[in-house]
Amino acid sequence: MAVIITSEQLAANIAVLATALSQRHPDFADVVFVGIQQGGAVLGEQLVAELQRMHPGRTIPYGQLDITFYRDDIRKNIIPPDKMNIHFGVENKTVILIDDVLFTGRTIKAALDVLFDYGRPAKVELCVLVDRKEHRQFPIQADYVGTTVVTERSDKVKLVNREFVLIPG
Amino acid sequence: MQLSTRHLLGIKNLTKEDISLILSTAEQFKEVLQRPVKKVPSLRDVTIVNLFYENSTRTRFSFELAEKRLSADTINFAASSSSAAKGETLLDTVNNILSMKVDMVVMRHSASGAPHFLSQHIPAAIVNAGDGINEHPTQALLDAFSIKEKTGGLEGRKVAIIGDIMHSRVAQSNIYLLNKMGAKVTVCGPPTLIPKYIREALGVEVSYNLRETLEWCDVANVLRIQLERQNQVLFSSLREYSIAYGINRQLLDSLNKEIVIMHPGPINRGVELDSDVADSKQSIILQQVENGVAVRMAVLYLLANRNN
Repeated sequence: MAVIITSEQLAANIAVLATALSQRHPDFADVVFVGIQQGGAVLGEQLVAELQRMHPGRTIPYGQLDITFYRDDIRKNIIPPDKMNIHFGVENKTVILIDDVLFTGRTIKAALDVLFDYGRPAKVELCVLVDRKEHRQFPIQADYVGTTVVTERSDKVKLVNREFVLIPG
Repeated sequence: MQLSTRHLLGIKNLTKEDISLILSTAEQFKEVLQRPVKKVPSLRDVTIVNLFYENSTRTRFSFELAEKRLSADTINFAASSSSAAKGETLLDTVNNILSMKVDMVVMRHSASGAPHFLSQHIPAAIVNAGDGINEHPTQALLDAFSIKEKTGGLEGRKVAIIGDIMHSRVAQSNIYLLNKMGAKVTVCGPPTLIPKYIREALGVEVSYNLRETLEWCDVANVLRIQLERQNQVLFSSLREYSIAYGINRQLLDSLNKEIVIMHPGPINRGVELDSDVADSKQSIILQQVENGVAVRMAVLYLLANRNN
């Protein structure tokens, strides 16, 4: 197990992502943030806190999304669901999806399916902390990337105690 | 985390962890039911047969809706309009249905143990939707979900089950469940409708006094008099039953606290519950029905493991 992003680097990454988001959406009009359970929801909270610090007084809607019921491998291994909490409408909004690691793209595909059961967003953008670019199985790319890492297909990249670690497969 | 069983035959053989898992999964399905699109694709490749050998409105609709909200394919069987009326045995009927590639069987039968029998002979997962006077596990689960939702938990909660305990599968499943989850249970009704050794067998308190029971409890789960299962006279008349064990507004108002009123339906209005109790703010009868869909979705979802 090796640390590939330390907690200091993670904080710096989050600040960079928050700046990029602020540049693309200067007034955050009709923008909502949704973190994917579980890692994405943890990072989403930190990212939104950073945005809130940069833009005090502004309301930044933030919710959590769980893809369990929408997984394409669901019946190979039934897993208990996590909490869904989308307390705002997504109809005609720009939704910023946040995840910790972008790997095969299957999670994002499922997250898009979930999102569309809540309404029809005007636009969806994807923000990830770690991109494992070479392992994509779907035509899905992120709009905002913290760090791109080169890994083996069988490796696992996980967020553990504010650090990203690589567990060799 | 997985269920410890591949069928839901009764609450009796579930663990406390199983029950908690079903209830917490149901919470997430309840959220699904509030969305604009009240449907998830989880069981898209599953076919479920609803095998009803006994009449049902709520339970059958509730299961069917739960299956559809999970994107499963469903077929419905009612004994009265099928070859069962021509003398086909239960096992033959089910094997014929299974040869059409059905994955799960939801079953109600007037014979206690019918789903247990089937589970020993067929490969499909079985959900008991009520068997004779034995168990009605999904009703107990939705009752528990509703109590938890309304009062915040089950541990230490005082629940009275009132009425025809003798013939009630709802009572039996509720007692198993509430005991496992640490609630306190008192059954209340006329002595002829309460099994003699229930205190020793199931670990509940027994009371023949309705007022005392209501004064004690936080939640009163009121049952229907099951005239269709009684082949002897167990009380003199419905009117007399109603006078001794019927709950009316006046009685509720005279208690020193506000209790929660539940009923699994169908209600015999004016017998066990008066309308101004059944339709009051204290009653969560319609929430029970709403929660039933979420709880049944959770059960079907958790049993639909392909590796079973």
